[in-house]
Amino acid sequence: MDIFQLTAVELGQKIKEKEISVVEAVQKFMERIEATEQDINSFVTVDKEGALAQAEAVQKKIDAGELTGPLAGVPVAIKDNMCIKGQLTTCSSKILGNFKPTFTSEAVLNLQKAGAVIIGKTNMDEFAMGSTTETSYFGPTKNPHNTAHVPGGSSGGSCAAVAAGEVPYALGSDTGGSIRQPSSFCGVVGIKPTYGTVSRYGLIAYGSSLDQIGPVAKDVTDCAAILEAIASHDSKDSTSVQREDYDFTAALTDDVKGMKIGIPKDYFGEGLDAEVKSAIQKAVNVLEGKGAIVETFDLGLVKYAIPAYYVIASAEASSNLERFDGVKYGFRAEEYEGLHHMYKKSRSEGFGAEVKRRIMLGSFVLSSGYYDAYYLKALRTKALIKAEFDKAFAKYDVIIGPAAPTTAPELGKSLSDPLKMYLGDIYTISLNLAGLPGMSVPIGKDSKGLPIGMQIIGDCFQEKKMIRAAYTYECATNKEHETIAAMSKKEA
Amino acid sequence: MAKQYETVIGLEVHVELATKTKIFCGCSTEFGGAPNTHTCPVCTGMPGSLPVLNKQVVEYAMAVGLATNCKITQVCKFDRKNYFYPDNPQNYQISQLYLPIARDGYVEIEVGDVKKQVRIHEMHMEEDAGKLIHDEWDDSSLVDYNRSGVPLIEIVSEPDMRSSDEVIAYLEKLRLIIQYLGASDCKLQEGSMRADVNLSVREVGAAEFGTRTEMKNINSFKAIARAIEGERARQIELIEEGRQVIQETRRWDDNKESSYAMRSKEDAQDYRYFPEPDLVPIVISDDWIAKIKSQEPELRTEKLERYKNEFAIPQYDAEIITASKTMADLFEATTAICKKPKKVANWLMGETLRLMKEHAIEADDLKFSPENLAKLVLLADAGDINSSVAKEVFEKIFTDDIDPDQYVEEKGLKTVNDDGALKSAIETVIANNQKAVDEYKGGKEKAIGALVGQTMKAMQGKANPAKVNEMLREMLK
Amino acid sequence: MANKISDETIEYVGILAKLELSGEEKENAKQDMEKMLDYIDTLNELDTAGIEPMSHVFPVNNVFREDVVTNGDGHEAALANAPKQKNHSFEVPKTIG
Ligand SMILES: [Mg+2]
Ligand SMILES: [Zn+2]
Repeated sequence: MDIFQLTAVELGQKIKEKEISVVEAVQKFMERIEATEQDINSFVTVDKEGALAQAEAVQKKIDAGELTGPLAGVPVAIKDNMCIKGQLTTCSSKILGNFKPTFTSEAVLNLQKAGAVIIGKTNMDEFAMGSTTETSYFGPTKNPHNTAHVPGGSSGGSCAAVAAGEVPYALGSDTGGSIRQPSSFCGVVGIKPTYGTVSRYGLIAYGSSLDQIGPVAKDVTDCAAILEAIASHDSKDSTSVQREDYDFTAALTDDVKGMKIGIPKDYFGEGLDAEVKSAIQKAVNVLEGKGAIVETFDLGLVKYAIPAYYVIASAEASSNLERFDGVKYGFRAEEYEGLHHMYKKSRSEGFGAEVKRRIMLGSFVLSSGYYDAYYLKALRTKALIKAEFDKAFAKYDVIIGPAAPTTAPELGKSLSDPLKMYLGDIYTISLNLAGLPGMSVPIGKDSKGLPIGMQIIGDCFQEKKMIRAAYTYECATNKEHETIAAMSKKEA
Repeated sequence: MAKQYETVIGLEVHVELATKTKIFCGCSTEFGGAPNTHTCPVCTGMPGSLPVLNKQVVEYAMAVGLATNCKITQVCKFDRKNYFYPDNPQNYQISQLYLPIARDGYVEIEVGDVKKQVRIHEMHMEEDAGKLIHDEWDDSSLVDYNRSGVPLIEIVSEPDMRSSDEVIAYLEKLRLIIQYLGASDCKLQEGSMRADVNLSVREVGAAEFGTRTEMKNINSFKAIARAIEGERARQIELIEEGRQVIQETRRWDDNKESSYAMRSKEDAQDYRYFPEPDLVPIVISDDWIAKIKSQEPELRTEKLERYKNEFAIPQYDAEIITASKTMADLFEATTAICKKPKKVANWLMGETLRLMKEHAIEADDLKFSPENLAKLVLLADAGDINSSVAKEVFEKIFTDDIDPDQYVEEKGLKTVNDDGALKSAIETVIANNQKAVDEYKGGKEKAIGALVGQTMKAMQGKANPAKVNEMLREMLK
Repeated sequence: MANKISDETIEYVGILAKLELSGEEKENAKQDMEKMLDYIDTLNELDTAGIEPMSHVFPVNNVFREDVVTNGDGHEAALANAPKQKNHSFEVPKTIG
């Protein structure tokens, strides 16, 4: 078996047992990246030299018995919106095209403490704004299952890299579905934890009240182990939550007997692809067969999540992205007349169309006279959506639905109609509004051979129930999804 | 008859709090320092950085709110105020709009014999901006973020003031309260207290306010008075000419003694405030308020009364000493060491005030230590130095904070108490001043003064004049 | 009700957001914004009277730091990425005339 077929935990085990050295592992993945990157483009930066140096240092610590965790020595790729000291961190934007942070994000520090070797930074939609990874300044990432299709977004680079076997696991970030939707499109497992579980310190903000970092990997075991490594209470992030439990791997049990699963009818109506629908029904049947109690129910307000989200996310983004102005870092326009012209030219040349669209919308909804009608209305809607989920979780342990209405669309088909693209986030977005954890688990492929993902949603701080359901499904189906993507390009 | 106009003034006062660190990061707030040395990712707006609130800022703000009779907002939040300017690294200022920490207070001011209340609309916490230095030669400005993120409270008054005298009384009252609380040093020159003046005029007796303008960042009491007079005159002139006062922000140029509009198309004053998602709400319990209240130090009025009762200091002296926190602290610390409150008060009321005038400095800028003043008081009191030597020594303390024991020793200024030396000096003086001796003996009491003077001269000033006087009388019997 | 965004509004939002849009971009921005606002207006179907706007999902309050200096000289890190600098400061076009 090739090394790139292994899960992160399996590779960690082989490193621990000295079947393979950390340097060898890194070299193998570098070879894999060299072979696949021209087709996939999942990386903005591949740090070969740095990775080999880290590998040697990590190997020494493993040999000295200082690093014993499951991820010690295992390579990882980081979405390019997480700061790493001295390493290019671009958010896939021209405006940060030359930016090298002076500190490292807390989630990455936590991984480094666990012995991770960072091999590069992954491509994304510019500033995480998009659902296809086509808005990157560095060109689109392609879906390894069919390179004529998008990998989803905005963590498309991270998910494609894992699916292509370029790296055993990766970190992504999720503001409205940006881990779960591309995980679903790429046939990998991705978790968006409860808001506040992973520190946002060092994550370049898109929508501060919605952003969460999470793992992307080949299976549920990896994701649980990675989440255990990156989750922490961080005094540098005021919204970081001190949790009672961080032992997510303890939930890796093959047992859902008596677990109550709610299926929201509203997630299976108009707009949902028939193949996706039947795949999810099949997957739910598997869990029912393992002893779960499945029930359908009415989850209210589903259609209001997207408009509320776009008001809140755009408003926060318009403010968060004000700091990119050509003064302190990043791109500054060549020629300008005076200060304000410098601002305008640098930002207009530095940001892409989708980012500008959201900044304009966000600035408008916050502007004088509109704040109450749009922003406060959206925050009130958010409160109502949260209450709907509270009601549902009073009855159910987890909620299951699709992660996206369809499988991965073809490249170039989504950006022309932004509103239609936004509607694709209908099943994922409400979790970010309500702070809930969610994950996507691969459950098969459609007739075109594109992966389908099932979304499992937990109540706040109940990742373990979600992980248990996902792991049980995985055990029951013997990881049908496990093989690495075919890497072919098939015309539709 | 010419129309009579009334000036209506409200103030927005920014005060830098006396915390050791900035409001949202662990950088030092120390004034000065090479550009950008007191900075970190948070206060330079680096991508990925996040703010964490300094608890001391909340406690100082609560203390000022309580001391100015405000109601504390028990659930308060921060908001973002969005505007682009290079001194503001995030291009938004973290401030408070919707739920400021304190509201509905007042302070009492006195102008002449008239007492009145100036109401405080609200008080909020926010971060200061960096500093811009304008390059003379290049067409550029330089940005230093050392001050970026220094905590501020902004105290917004109601439009309750009617003259520059009232404005200055209000500012002085605020300054004293805040200094006494230890929440800020309130130095206008260094910018740790800054005032924006909102001013309108109306005909006396009119019910409605006129259109107001805002003048920003005026940095001395005198400049504030001039700015008020200047803006009042400008607005009256506009009205008399039948023109409109435009609601706008103006900058007062104290050199030209005139203000100019700061408007530009690019400065749409639309700050798009919204709740700061990176900070969580502050919930202030009754217990916390009670604790801050109980920690409130003695404020001026109580201190003044105590000085009169405990130390028998006259009203006038107590007023002057307590008019500056620095001076009151100096008085108390010195008294605690030497246990001679009246003597200490005399030094402050006499020589200190005289030298302050001579050196043109404010009480807040007094630099000498209570230890050295106490030593001087004790030296003089013990008769170890005479009063003219003491004045000379005090000048040195005032300017250089010298140690008086060491100074007197080194310069040999100690009073000579050796009776033998003094006796022989007096004998010489008697021998050489026959005329004065005769006059004294002839009943002319005043003549003794000349003899004392001669003896002091012979002793190079180091004798105790009272003792010289006494011995002379004895020896001339 | 269909939202109409005027040229002036786009111009004004451009000033607020410090974005300079080309003629074509402005037209697109107008249409995009009109469509988005129409869509956002569906929120008006919801009765939210008496609902407290929720900015934070969890009732986490009073997260503070102690007033202790933890950072040293940061000027090198601060200026490491500066597009233009001079005298250990960020250089910008002159801010006053
Ligand atoms: Mg302010
Ligand atoms: Zn700092």
